[in-house]
Amino acid sequence: MTGQPTLQRLGKECLGAGRLLVVALPYAWLTVFLLAPLLIVLKISLSEAITAIPPFAPILRPADGFLPDIHITFENFALLAEDPLYGGALWNSIKVAAGATLLCLLLGYPMALAIARARQSIRPFLLMLIIIPFWTSFLIRVYALIGLIRDNGALNSVLMWAGVTDGPVAIMYTPPAVFLGITYSYLPFMILPVYAVLERQDRTLLEAAADLGARPWRIFLSVTLPLSLPGIVAGSMLVFIPAVGEFVIPELLGGPDSLMIGRVLWSDFFANRDWPVAAAVAIALLVLLVVPMLLFQRGARRQFGAAR
Amino acid sequence: MSGSVNAGAGTVPRIALAMGYLFLYAPVAVLVVNSFNGSRLVTVWGGFSTRWYVALIENDALLSAAGLSLQIAAVAATIATVAGTLAAIAVVRFSRFRGRAAFLGLLTAPLVLPEVILGLSLLLLFVAMEGIAGWPAGRGMVTVVIAHATFAIAYVAVVVQARLSQLDRSLEEAAADLGARPVRIFLSVTLPLIWPAVAGGWLLAFTLSFDDLVVASFTTGPGATTLPIAVFSAVRLGVSPQINALATVFIVTVTLVVVVANILILRRQRPRGRIEPAQAGNQVSA
Repeated sequence: MTGQPTLQRLGKECLGAGRLLVVALPYAWLTVFLLAPLLIVLKISLSEAITAIPPFAPILRPADGFLPDIHITFENFALLAEDPLYGGALWNSIKVAAGATLLCLLLGYPMALAIARARQSIRPFLLMLIIIPFWTSFLIRVYALIGLIRDNGALNSVLMWAGVTDGPVAIMYTPPAVFLGITYSYLPFMILPVYAVLERQDRTLLEAAADLGARPWRIFLSVTLPLSLPGIVAGSMLVFIPAVGEFVIPELLGGPDSLMIGRVLWSDFFANRDWPVAAAVAIALLVLLVVPMLLFQRGARRQFGAAR
Repeated sequence: MSGSVNAGAGTVPRIALAMGYLFLYAPVAVLVVNSFNGSRLVTVWGGFSTRWYVALIENDALLSAAGLSLQIAAVAATIATVAGTLAAIAVVRFSRFRGRAAFLGLLTAPLVLPEVILGLSLLLLFVAMEGIAGWPAGRGMVTVVIAHATFAIAYVAVVVQARLSQLDRSLEEAAADLGARPVRIFLSVTLPLIWPAVAGGWLLAFTLSFDDLVVASFTTGPGATTLPIAVFSAVRLGVSPQINALATVFIVTVTLVVVVANILILRRQRPRGRIEPAQAGNQVSA
């Protein structure tokens, strides 16, 4: 922030108690309710599971000597490494999230382009049609999708009526249903950032390319697409990151074999009541996926400049 | 906007747009139509009927869950808006303070943390706090409010931050030159200018809380069933006509709010285009 004289004065006046309060209130809240919980997860991932309430053994136990004994175990993480269930679920989560992100991009990019290039008078309306699903409950939209794709749903009724198939096509409880569900739920998250970039694009560049004799397809590949990369990166992050940890969609649309890591954590915690292993899954997910994604995002932002 | 040869979108994007809208709205349309189906069997059209809406109004469990969710969302959104707005001010206006990098990290974390991790970690915190300090005694509405406020702070901060960083500072400087104290400047200059973003942030926080299933499932306790938890357990058992009716009410409400908000925004933008005192002020102070 470059300081103009008055600004500096304003800043200095704020230095006092008011300024402290502005920072301290949200800082304290986030420290107590976000940082501390993550440290507790780390702690519990290192403790032994026991049959008790709460179902884990304390790490610090009173001992005869001056200092308490420290009981740390890496068994929970060893279990994650040994049991193919966890590695498989993690790999499956990455595959499904990446596939759904690609589907969102393939459908969402041309949609964003069409809205950005539409007449200005109808653009707010077209955009509103994207924003309404964005604000509508996630759960309700997944539920609506079930009504369309289940065996006796609308899609199969239409297909059978048209004579495309004799019996219903099984979509529900299959892996494609999970792809479809994530694409359906997260499509607006891809369209909005891509649209934001495309809408601000300098039209004169397109005109210059056209004047130089480039065909429309060529203009798209060498001008429009490269210039919209920040929007593509932002949209892909907004889809991929939540999709990796998704619980609701694989639980409702996928079969018992559609294991995703969020679902595994959920059942370890609620069904198996194995808190230490669930905590270890959370830590592994953080270290293996969330942190690398953040670093990548930061790198990408530095390369393309701020996406917004 | 100059109308040029290649200003149009071309055929492929237009077809994609039409297909995309069909994809987004076909399931919703089927759901809305089905909510008026008199037959319990989804495959049979039993004539137009509002019986599922009547059944919905009489469903006390679902209604009290909705009431609880509305209360939780209102309180959580208000806490998140206050804390998130303060956080946005801290980030945009205070370029250096001790622990700023960590603060930025904490403020972005909820945007990227998987919901299951947020829920699990908060529950473990509440269990630990109960063990050490005896508060919160058990889990329920209070713990869900705290959990929702925690992740919603980040979203409010993003929205308010965007507005605050675009704000023209010359108005605040003018107020400071006229001798106004910082608190006074904030209340009578800054806050009215960022008000749309603060309201938008509250609405976003409200929606996020009202929608949340995963974090609430971890942090709630017996007797405090939120609407998404009730809907989820009903949906797990299959398609239910009452849920169709509830979903239709929800979709219609959201659509109305978005349409009205859009009209208001368009109205606000029009006069602002003509008068630009902000830019004139900028040039004078520079």
